[in-house]
Amino acid sequence: MDKWSFGISVTIVGMGGTLLTLWLLSLLTRILKNAFPPAEAPSSTAQNQGGEAK
Amino acid sequence: MIESIFIALSGLGAGFAYLVTQGLPNVVMMLIGGGLLYLAIKKDVEPLLLVPIGFGCLLVNMPLGDLMEPGGILRFFYDTGIITELFPLLIFVGIGAMTDFGPLLENPKILLLGAAGQFGIFLALLLALALGFTQLEAVCIGIIGACDGPTAIYVTTQYAPHLLGAVSVAAYSYMSLVPIIQPPIMRLLTTQREKTIRMEMVQGTISKTTRILFPILVTVVTGLIAPKGLPLMGMIMLGNFLKESGAVARLTSASENEIANVVTLFLGLAIGGTMEGHAFLKAQTLAIFALGLLAICLDTVAGVMFGKLMCFLSGGKINPLIGAAGISAYPMAARVVQNQGRLYDKKNYLLMHAMGANTGGQIGSVMAAAIMLSILKGMGLV
Repeated sequence: MDKWSFGISVTIVGMGGTLLTLWLLSLLTRILKNAFPPAEAPSSTAQNQGGEAK
Repeated sequence: MIESIFIALSGLGAGFAYLVTQGLPNVVMMLIGGGLLYLAIKKDVEPLLLVPIGFGCLLVNMPLGDLMEPGGILRFFYDTGIITELFPLLIFVGIGAMTDFGPLLENPKILLLGAAGQFGIFLALLLALALGFTQLEAVCIGIIGACDGPTAIYVTTQYAPHLLGAVSVAAYSYMSLVPIIQPPIMRLLTTQREKTIRMEMVQGTISKTTRILFPILVTVVTGLIAPKGLPLMGMIMLGNFLKESGAVARLTSASENEIANVVTLFLGLAIGGTMEGHAFLKAQTLAIFALGLLAICLDTVAGVMFGKLMCFLSGGKINPLIGAAGISAYPMAARVVQNQGRLYDKKNYLLMHAMGANTGGQIGSVMAAAIMLSILKGMGLV
């Protein structure tokens, strides 16, 4: 295998594989969170309520 | 009698004679070692690593000391802890025990930023190939972009041990320079409106069970996808599992204190031992430093651009600045994001979100290395 085939293959499979694996982990983590919720309800802070700064 | 005294005295002067006749590279490296010590002590640049590295560099360049020859003390540290990959893996247990994945678990989708922040690894790899490095050398140079010292050492030890000094010094130096490297790129790539986006902070959504099961989940999933990286991911998750289980406080404490401290000392000395003048002072070393810097810049670009994409897809609820924390370099990159966010809105608190992206970057950097190792294995190159 020449070096460019090697480099491009590693880049595509490596970057794609990393992205897909972390996406899968984020999905499984969400499932884990839903399967084992905390005893008390979550609390949001009043200071940063999402959206843009006013 | 007089003659034997002169012979004995000539033995004492052999070191000076060596320096004068063929020791210029050693002198240059002793100055570099001194520079590393200065940066560590006076400028607080990664002192835990740069002090032993700088001193190891000084020791190995003293003529005729033979500290890196068979039987030498630095050689012993190198053979015992670097060649066997023991030291970087033990450091990972400590890092795992020190890491709080809570912010990441609160908002799992920002794990994706930890993947985007590894893009520079692969671009640096392509550039290294273009500059004439071999395939395995290019992989080791690219891994500087993981912004993760133990990962860089682990990979380089296996596939290009002759580059270990340059790669590890570059990795640790650039990690400490993250507060200088990242802000201009972050400012350039984001609009004023994006910089001031405030993110919702939700806390208390994570149960103890989730925290305990997370390291096991990561170990099993990543181990099945990229088995060659299991030692790396397994050790970092072991450290985190010790901490989150709450059942082994003494082991957790030992991992993040005694073991991490002792191993850091020996690891630094062994890396310094690889910086012998005649082997280190090459154009190749400068190229490695340049490519490493480029890799970290490209990581930051990719992280912020991915942050912009997530901002767009979420309807403006994600501040793209946190993408810069996806490069690992924990926790410095997260602090950089917090400081940059507050430059534009003093009441904007991005730290927890940036910590989430930063711990995602830690997993991402190890995962990128693991996948690369498994690809090399699949290609039959290792």
